[in-house]
Amino acid sequence: MDRIDRRGFMECMAWAGTGLVWVATGGVLSSRVIAPAAAAEAKPGSFSFVQISDTHIGFKGQANGDSTATLQQAVDRINALQPAPAFVLHTGDQTHGQKAGAFDTVAEILKSVKTERIFYVPGEHDVFLDGGKEYLGRYGKGTVGGRGWQSFDYKGSHFVGLVNVLKYKGEGMGALGEDQIAWLENDLAPLSSSTPVVVFSHVPLWAVYPQWGWTTEDAGRALAYLRRFGSVTVLNGHIHQVLQKVEGNVSFHTAMSTAFPQPAPGSAPAPGPMKIPEADARRMIGLAEVTYVPGQHPLAVVDATLG
Amino acid sequence: MKLVAGVFVVLLAATHVGAASSAAVGIEKFKFTPPALTVPVGTTVTWINHDEETHTITSANGAFGSTGLGLDDTFAQTFTRPGRYEYFCALHPHMKAIVIVK
Repeated sequence: MDRIDRRGFMECMAWAGTGLVWVATGGVLSSRVIAPAAAAEAKPGSFSFVQISDTHIGFKGQANGDSTATLQQAVDRINALQPAPAFVLHTGDQTHGQKAGAFDTVAEILKSVKTERIFYVPGEHDVFLDGGKEYLGRYGKGTVGGRGWQSFDYKGSHFVGLVNVLKYKGEGMGALGEDQIAWLENDLAPLSSSTPVVVFSHVPLWAVYPQWGWTTEDAGRALAYLRRFGSVTVLNGHIHQVLQKVEGNVSFHTAMSTAFPQPAPGSAPAPGPMKIPEADARRMIGLAEVTYVPGQHPLAVVDATLG
Repeated sequence: MKLVAGVFVVLLAATHVGAASSAAVGIEKFKFTPPALTVPVGTTVTWINHDEETHTITSANGAFGSTGLGLDDTFAQTFTRPGRYEYFCALHPHMKAIVIVK
């Protein structure tokens, strides 16, 4: 592996309710409760972006009677950020089971987000009914071959959005497929190993809990192309809770849903919407803000669980 | 939108349609119950979803399939040929089950 002299590091902040922030500083990953306004700490060359996930518009049940309202709350939260995030990533499951009109509702609500652009990757709920026809019709433009995956650069960082829900069959897990993995290899090839890379996809690219399908079967092949980089951050959704793991220079985070929480891996007979008291509900749904700060710090190698 | 329960004939074989019978499969806590159902030819199997989460009945070989079933939604399928019909939930593919038609 190349010796990297200058590495960036990511501060990942996720909150809901009173708020929770994770800060990676000097190799130690820690969390603390914050007020949203404290999240902004402008440093030269730094920027922030927001991840939202699993908005599940169309879901209605005891776990959340109004997933449209909770998405609107998330948007209000984003719009209160100072400075505004450079962009927003939506890591999938915009809709709940492709309910009629749900994509329109999401698009309408997200119009009011104060940011330059929103990038999307699909969740299985967005594509299972029609193999991605509607989703790609709306969001495929500008992606590789109109197939939904994409990459872009922002202030020296390289962002890659991957699709791992279109081969979601039989074996019970997400998959990227040959074409996408081959594309990824080529996409990353020209980059210097010191380029910070952020990868986002719906289903976790690490084995969170394969028994519930919370993994991507061929993620290892994609990650093999990422290991040479000094700073890799992988942002996923799907499991509706914050989990994180660090493997070498690769840091994995999963985001909360804006709609409803799911049980911790293996803590219940099955995954699915978790009914919780109204007073607690807002602490278990939310969004994530990620701040990139240029620096000399190596990335943390720490496993952490959240209580 | 309430899903319309459709009755779809997998393979038309008019001469083999047996006496009309019916059977039910429940979906609860991310499981099909019973996971293996054996029925005579001509049986209409009706699935009902008792979970808040959306599920589907999706044939492993594409022979039949439902749209997303919300809470209390149903889907019915008539089996007119003997065989082993494996199916799963397209949203939660670890949910697998089989209808055996004799």
